[in-house]
Amino acid sequence: MSQVALAFADGAVVAKRNLIKIVRVPEILMFTTMSPIMFVLLFGYVFGSSIHLPGVNYREYLIGGIFVQTVVFGAGFTGSGLAEDMTKGIIDRFRSLPMARSAVLLGRTGSDVLYNSISIAVMSITGLLVGWRIRTGVIQAIGGFLLLLLFSYAISWIMGYVGLKVASVQVFQNASFMFIFPVTFVANTFVRGDLLPGPLKTFANWNPVSSVAQATREAFGNTGNLPVPNVWSMRNPVVYSLIWIALILAVFVPLSVRQYERATLKD
Amino acid sequence: MDYMIRTEGLVKRYGKVIALDGLDLAVPQATVLGLLGPNGAGKTTAVRILTTLLEADEGIAEVAGLDVRTHPDEVRRRIGLSGQNVAVDEHLTGYENLEMVGRLYHMGRNKSRARARGLLDEFDLSDASDRPAKTYSGGMRRRLDLAAALVAKPDVLFLDEPTTGLDPRSRIQMWETIQELVAVGSTVLLTTQYMEEADRLANDILVVDHGRRIAHGTPDELKTQIGGERVEMVLADNADLAPAHTILAGIAVGEVRVGEQDRSLTAAVTDGARALQQVLLRFADANIHVVDVGLRRPTLDDVFLTLTGHAAEEDVSRADDESKHEPEDARHKEAVR
Repeated sequence: MSQVALAFADGAVVAKRNLIKIVRVPEILMFTTMSPIMFVLLFGYVFGSSIHLPGVNYREYLIGGIFVQTVVFGAGFTGSGLAEDMTKGIIDRFRSLPMARSAVLLGRTGSDVLYNSISIAVMSITGLLVGWRIRTGVIQAIGGFLLLLLFSYAISWIMGYVGLKVASVQVFQNASFMFIFPVTFVANTFVRGDLLPGPLKTFANWNPVSSVAQATREAFGNTGNLPVPNVWSMRNPVVYSLIWIALILAVFVPLSVRQYERATLKD
Repeated sequence: MDYMIRTEGLVKRYGKVIALDGLDLAVPQATVLGLLGPNGAGKTTAVRILTTLLEADEGIAEVAGLDVRTHPDEVRRRIGLSGQNVAVDEHLTGYENLEMVGRLYHMGRNKSRARARGLLDEFDLSDASDRPAKTYSGGMRRRLDLAAALVAKPDVLFLDEPTTGLDPRSRIQMWETIQELVAVGSTVLLTTQYMEEADRLANDILVVDHGRRIAHGTPDELKTQIGGERVEMVLADNADLAPAHTILAGIAVGEVRVGEQDRSLTAAVTDGARALQQVLLRFADANIHVVDVGLRRPTLDDVFLTLTGHAAEEDVSRADDESKHEPEDARHKEAVR
């Protein structure tokens, strides 16, 4: 078996282990399903009651943004999972076995794709209940979901890196909030990014969270008659998002693997 | 001679604290080396370096002739590790844990499954095999952890305090298991705080303190060096301490230790039971009343007292300051308290 195939085989074994935990600790699954429902209802009715965007049904517009925000939050699961692993004896077992060095990370990010798929499914159902509709075809809709999963997979590697770096679930959670909140709020997730003041507008326009949200809305046909901001990232949201995803993976996959290697080797 | 485990001048520092200070050791095939020492002596650090979990600052570490620094993957294929902090996943069942380890040794699905079942039988865990490991008792977890170390039938085994925290019955079971493994050719490096354990299992004992070797030899050689069993007497009357001391000094190997506060006397003797008999006869002749009598095997404290002139306990208190650098030892110490 080639090195890459071996890494994925080992990663699958680790992913299975992570999934068993989700089954054995029902609280995790409960939280996985509850929080997206909460997000959709909370934002849909709290924001949805006061914000009106001419040319579009706001609640329908909102869902795309909440999708992106939730998968970014969900990616945090990777970081806390790895941070927790690093404090447990099992990591010594893994590190003393002749398994691929990247397997623990591949397994964790892999199982978290499933975790995020569950979130997205639950959100979609909740969305449908509060009036969200897919107004395009099946292929486009699938494309939208795939882009969301790809994006969450890339963010997982960032979160995984931070989780390995801090090696404490609590520190990770505090640290990740400092990242997740600005990056998901200074965007077009809940409001029109192109109406934000000055530098915030520039940030929002070029924020990959915005482009993924824009691409998702377009894929589901939720953009209504809203004008598309005249910037390349918003005009080509799929390409722009894919570039970000590729960049994040190119940087954070090797960085995380190296961090995993070094994490306990020094002390 | 070819050694399965070998280190030369191994040094590891944590900031200013020196965990290993030029440790040399060599273990021939199918033998057990007992690494004996108090908490913070550097035992766990040595094991972590040899099992590729930690990088040494200086020196050579080899397993099966392979340098652990340059050939970590080949080393990992040939070793099994059972550490102080039990390395099993608590949410997985015993069976799932072992099957996972087999898969990660790349043994294939069927072989991994068969091996997992076999080991669970061997370690008396069949009944609990489908329960999550977090429901296991401490002894069961230890056994599962050792089973995990044996999944690939490794040539070289590292057992870091395998019986610490076990009840006496589990401890004896663990000893038997280790002896069986060595009988079929495994080479074992065992760390322990118990003289008795090293005596029972090891062909060779290395006493370490402050990351250095302070004594080395077969259990018999070491016992000759530190004396055999200890006779302990507690007297009824303070006035008898002096005559009792004279009697004991005539029989003891080396010094007689006197505890003025609790009116106790301790002496290393060679032929324990006979020596005890003699002491009691002479005490009776001299009309010395005793309230407690005991014959015990030398403890780690005795070893340290004899070899270094200070008790192992002193090292434990010293190691307190270092505990944050050696999490395993620190965690263990908490458990002891």
